[in-house]
Amino acid sequence: MMRSVTRSMTPYIQFKQVSKSFGSVRVVEHLDFDIAHGEFVSLLGPSGSGKTTILMMLAGFEAPSSGTIHVAERRIDQLPPHKRDMGVVFQNFALFPHRSVAENVAFPLQMRGMDRGKIAPKVARALEMVKLGHLGERRPAQLSGGQQQRVALARALVFEPEVVLMDEPLGALDKQLREHMQLELRDLHRTLGLTVIFVTHDQSEALTMSDRVAVFNNGRVEQIGTPQQIYDAPQTRFVAEFVGETNLIEAQIDTVDQGGARVQAGGLAFLVDEAGGRGPGEAINLSLRPERIRLGDDASVGNALPAQIADWVYQGDHVRVHLQAGELMLVAKLDRRSREWPVGSAVIASFEPDDCRVVPA
Amino acid sequence: MTRVVARARLSALALIAPLALFLAVFFVWPLVTMLTTAVTDGVVRTAFPSAAEAAADWNREMPVPAALAQALVADLRGVEDQAAFGDAVRRLNSAVPGYRSLLSRTLSSARSVAPDAPVDLEAIDPRWGEAQYWTAFADAVPRFTDRNLLAAVDLSRNAAGEVVSGAGEASANRVIMVRTFGIAAGVTALCAAIGLPYAMLAATATGWLRMALLLAVLLPLWTSLLVRTAAWFILLQNEGLINWTLMGLWITDSPIALIFNRTGVVIAMTHVLLPFMVLPIYSVIVGIPKNLMQAAGSLGAPPLRAFFHVLLPLSLPGLLSGSLLVFMVALGYYITPALLGGANDQMISSVIAFYAMGTANWGMAAALGIFLLTATMALYAVYSRLSDTPQMTGR
Repeated sequence: MMRSVTRSMTPYIQFKQVSKSFGSVRVVEHLDFDIAHGEFVSLLGPSGSGKTTILMMLAGFEAPSSGTIHVAERRIDQLPPHKRDMGVVFQNFALFPHRSVAENVAFPLQMRGMDRGKIAPKVARALEMVKLGHLGERRPAQLSGGQQQRVALARALVFEPEVVLMDEPLGALDKQLREHMQLELRDLHRTLGLTVIFVTHDQSEALTMSDRVAVFNNGRVEQIGTPQQIYDAPQTRFVAEFVGETNLIEAQIDTVDQGGARVQAGGLAFLVDEAGGRGPGEAINLSLRPERIRLGDDASVGNALPAQIADWVYQGDHVRVHLQAGELMLVAKLDRRSREWPVGSAVIASFEPDDCRVVPA
Repeated sequence: MTRVVARARLSALALIAPLALFLAVFFVWPLVTMLTTAVTDGVVRTAFPSAAEAAADWNREMPVPAALAQALVADLRGVEDQAAFGDAVRRLNSAVPGYRSLLSRTLSSARSVAPDAPVDLEAIDPRWGEAQYWTAFADAVPRFTDRNLLAAVDLSRNAAGEVVSGAGEASANRVIMVRTFGIAAGVTALCAAIGLPYAMLAATATGWLRMALLLAVLLPLWTSLLVRTAAWFILLQNEGLINWTLMGLWITDSPIALIFNRTGVVIAMTHVLLPFMVLPIYSVIVGIPKNLMQAAGSLGAPPLRAFFHVLLPLSLPGLLSGSLLVFMVALGYYITPALLGGANDQMISSVIAFYAMGTANWGMAAALGIFLLTATMALYAVYSRLSDTPQMTGR
């Protein structure tokens, strides 16, 4: 996971002050973003956050309204798409319906003027790589969604591009297939040493696959970091809420010392690790992940808040518990093997001071 | 359970009954009538009932049996329905020119003597001694005939019943048929050449431009064919807007002949039929996912190569159905060539109209119609075979 930190010393793809407007609508605002060679970077955000536009600008389908884009120190934002040598995988796969699977994969090689004799083995190898060697003669419409996805992948990789762009490539697949493909993509990325820019609105997908995640909202970068940084140390309220589920607690600082701070929220007092640079009397927002909350009878551990079980929802692999603690409504995720409390019973909800993260308002 | 099903089926049938009835009355019945008119030949049988019976037994050797000759005289004396008689005379005269005068002379002579007195036909007119008049009469007797169908392609049967090429002035049908197909093919090619880029432009344009482009195609479609043809009539004249502009720009010194020749016909037909080409292509192109061209670009295809490898092959189904539509409609064109063409630009429809309205020869009109119908259906068969090849739209 930490590879990217050492790699990002030499930026390979660079966005410099890139903005994009459609008419009067600003879609991307002053983006500065460096990506290292061989990195797997996810652009994560809700629809309309500008992430796809960034990808389209990198692929050459859109031109930045201002700013420049560089790859290997060469400016590329004025090159037409066919001169950029980037593999693009589209959400709907964009396979050519009038060509067979093998002809689809052969297309980029054909366009590069390669001999027929050389194309065939390369196509065969690319199809083999995505485990579709036996389906070369089929038409795309005769394949399942997952198979079409693999063809699109083989077609984007067969000409050995340095950079592969993926626009929600797994969005059209069902859950099981999607998770399977996530792992396959990650393997391909590792074995081929590709630089991958991956657009998604699915936060778990972004966390699973990426070296780094860039979270976008309203055309702005909210946070760029490793999946751990994004999940465990969200820097904005948007990131805290968008990536994973969280309890957002509006608290007031009581006292501050080196070890942390004592805060009050909803009529309860507890300790946190940091005060976000604020002083006593000031308000802060805290993020507390549901899986960090434990339930028990013991009131002597760490932060122990007396609470009442408001709801108990069995969800297969885990249990979701709604708690009323003072005036706070908290959600906790518990292991399914945990003890069961009937709704309405009193429990002690506890968490460590460093489980609470300060997020800017 | 089965009763419920049966009732549901019955009510379903009742719902489609009006449509079925409409199709039967206004489509199937006229078609069948037309087809039968082309091959039936009943006028002589109706006007000369007893002679027709006698002629059926005749072994076609001269001299004719007295019974046949007397039956003819008897029928001539008994003529009451002048219209039916006139039809029969016209039919016989078209087989052997001069039959009309022969019959009218015979009729007046036969009526001038006593009703029961025997009549010597050869004495009235020596032509009754010639075999061709009797053969023509006997040929006109059977209920079904292929002479209209043969005549439609300039063939006929000689005295021995063999199919031979028709001779002389009556052999224009083949020429006109070839000309009809030629004009239709030319118009189709022109429509394709203009319609394909136009449809692509309209499909890629957005907003008001797309609206304007589509409206420009649809507006003529909503105007009467006659109005459009008349408009071209004015534009294409020697003193018309087009020649005036060409001369004004010093492109030509004297007016170019644009009207009453093939050029005018093809220009006007192309304009009138263009929507039938543009709309099918447009609907196909609009259905092609936009990012296929983006994908082609990202895979290294410059715009022109992407066009030839992706967009063009995917638009072919639209081009094919548009071409078929234009060609089929063009085959039947009548008003435009009639108004804008010269004598040598008339298409098969005007020949059909000539037979149907000019000479009331319904048999010939129907036979030519059958050939037009056959050609159209053959084309459609080819089209459905071509469009059967797996040509799926992308996801």
